[in-house]
Amino acid sequence: MISPSQLDVDRDKGNFHYDTDYSFDAGIGLSEDVVRYISEVKKEDPWMLDFRLKALSTFEKKPMPTHWATDDLKNINFDVIRYYLAKGQQPSRTWDEVPDDIKNTFERLGIPEQERKFLAGVEAQFDSEAAYSNMKEDLAKEGVIFVGSTEGLKEHPEIFRKWFGKVIPTSDNKFSALNSAVFSGGSFIYIPPGVKLAQPLQAYFRINAENFGQFERTLIIADEGSEVMYMEGCTAPKFETSTLHSAVVELVALKGAKIQYVTVQNWSNNVFNLVTKRALAEEEAEVRWIDCNIGSRLTMKYPGVILKGRKARGEVVSIALANDGQHQDTGAKMVHAADETTSNVVSKSISIGDGRSSYRGLVQMPGHLKGCKNNTECDALLINNKSQTDTYPAITVQGDANSVQHEASVSKVSAEQIFYMKQRGLGEAEAMSLCVNGFVNDLIREFPMEYSVELKRLIDLEMEGSVG
Amino acid sequence: MNSLKIDNLQASIGDKSILHGLSLEIPKGEVHAIMGPNGSGKSTLAKVLSGHPDYEVTGGTATLDDDSLLGLEPDEISRLGLFLAFQYPMEVPGVSIANFIRAALNARLKEGEKIKAVEYYKDLYAHMDDLGMDRKFTSRSLNDGFSGGEKKRCEILQMSMLNPKYAILDETDSGLDIDALRVVSDGVNRMRNPERGILVITHYQRLLDYIVPDYVHVMSEGKIVRTGGKELALELEDRGYDWIKQEAVAS
Repeated sequence: MISPSQLDVDRDKGNFHYDTDYSFDAGIGLSEDVVRYISEVKKEDPWMLDFRLKALSTFEKKPMPTHWATDDLKNINFDVIRYYLAKGQQPSRTWDEVPDDIKNTFERLGIPEQERKFLAGVEAQFDSEAAYSNMKEDLAKEGVIFVGSTEGLKEHPEIFRKWFGKVIPTSDNKFSALNSAVFSGGSFIYIPPGVKLAQPLQAYFRINAENFGQFERTLIIADEGSEVMYMEGCTAPKFETSTLHSAVVELVALKGAKIQYVTVQNWSNNVFNLVTKRALAEEEAEVRWIDCNIGSRLTMKYPGVILKGRKARGEVVSIALANDGQHQDTGAKMVHAADETTSNVVSKSISIGDGRSSYRGLVQMPGHLKGCKNNTECDALLINNKSQTDTYPAITVQGDANSVQHEASVSKVSAEQIFYMKQRGLGEAEAMSLCVNGFVNDLIREFPMEYSVELKRLIDLEMEGSVG
Repeated sequence: MNSLKIDNLQASIGDKSILHGLSLEIPKGEVHAIMGPNGSGKSTLAKVLSGHPDYEVTGGTATLDDDSLLGLEPDEISRLGLFLAFQYPMEVPGVSIANFIRAALNARLKEGEKIKAVEYYKDLYAHMDDLGMDRKFTSRSLNDGFSGGEKKRCEILQMSMLNPKYAILDETDSGLDIDALRVVSDGVNRMRNPERGILVITHYQRLLDYIVPDYVHVMSEGKIVRTGGKELALELEDRGYDWIKQEAVAS
């Protein structure tokens, strides 16, 4: 059952912040000193400092990708951002030990309650570090690891180092390089062979401070035949100045493993959300990215799967909602690198007011492979004349033993449809909400129930806000 | 008063004036029919009364039991009790009939109140059975890919579920074969009662064999030019509209 408090979510839910005294503060702006400071307070080994410094130099060398994306990226001022803010490095294992201001934040967001109801484990990150991290005891006995990246690096270096940066190299793009230089927080998860988690693990990423950049780094390794669902949520207060969120998420699904990664992002309109997410799928492994992007000023996110082993399967299911002043630039990458690999991409975007949504897809199937399949569907819904949608598919298929299917559609909610619905007594916002919910309904069912209820409600509230 | 009353109504779309001082009163308990040639303004009348945003009212009044309809939003007019069965019902993909009607009923309740699901479905199924609609229809998207007959049945289903004080049926017979026409007419006839006024807009006399009106009005050039009993419809069927137009011009 869904309790009333779980239904009580909205776009303004995250719009509050506490004045917090931080014990650790790397100051304003980006420099080698900042990188050294972060590495030092985390007491990292020299190889990691070295890794970070190299990443910083890669970041500085790489140009902004404005040539193919949007000029709005130029408005990010790296010199005014704070790169590391934390109360401490050790997350608490119980909510009682979490400092009050941070605990109150997560209580307002409903996290402890969700944990009690349906989660196997929770990590709650407040600015740069996890304030709370805990998992059900029986999972620990089975050898499941679910900790923050700082702790993962320290306690499990043999697994961490083997996979860290292997799916997404530092130089993948300017923002993956930035993350590699200053990353902090994020989850480190290892699921031992054959262990199948019945309940999801959840992380919540909360930005509290103004002019702050959040750079979490998540690494999930599902060993042979294991199964895990990971859910992440995120919010930030509405500040006048812009906030940067730039995460790197790497997933590794070994032979026959299954990973589902669910994101419900509800950023305020001042957040630049520039995230790199990619998975590696070995033989007969399955990776699904289920992604919902609501809010932010600009989101650029293209979850990908490298289908490395025979019969591996990759999927991206995504919903993006671009309201006034927002640009959702999202998509998927499917790199087929073995025979009989299959991939499926279903993307639906909604543009409201002067909102803009773009779909970018990449599908690669080299000619020497046999029996590979890709299916891509992207549908866009425009709510009025000012809104905009673009589709940029890039499909490289060689050889004739593979199959690719691409379908795209654009539809519009017409004034006559709205009149028809209003004639039955529905208000304008409600009528639009019904149209939008109808448009994404089949995808919302892919989300876990607790999240799908929240999603529907978020969409309703976006619609209410868009009608004057 | 207990009537839908239109007095000297004038309306235009863009620069084009369409209604030129139309007057008509439909008391509760009566069925009125408006007939008239294409372009006489019949559908415009239906849309103006429903508050369609494309039309501008330039004069006159329209009241529903003393509440003025002019200047209200379409949803406010609907909730006051005016239902319009559309000539061309809109397709709304992804929104099921059941959810749509339920949302429309909920919109009539006080804030925070909701209709109960079990009772709602019982009621919905009973109305669907009356209209000979398969129950599978409830989960189909509203009018999406429906045949002409299915769309009109769906309009009548919505009308009977929303139980309006006044209903306007705009060219409900268009696109219907004779069987569908009978089912739809039966549905409307079941809704005839002393508490409801009905206005049937039609181009052809045929529909009025099934829904027998108390009064027939002839519309031409944006106003009512003649009013009579049901026999007037038969006369129009025989003689066409030209003689009435000529009479109107002559007077």
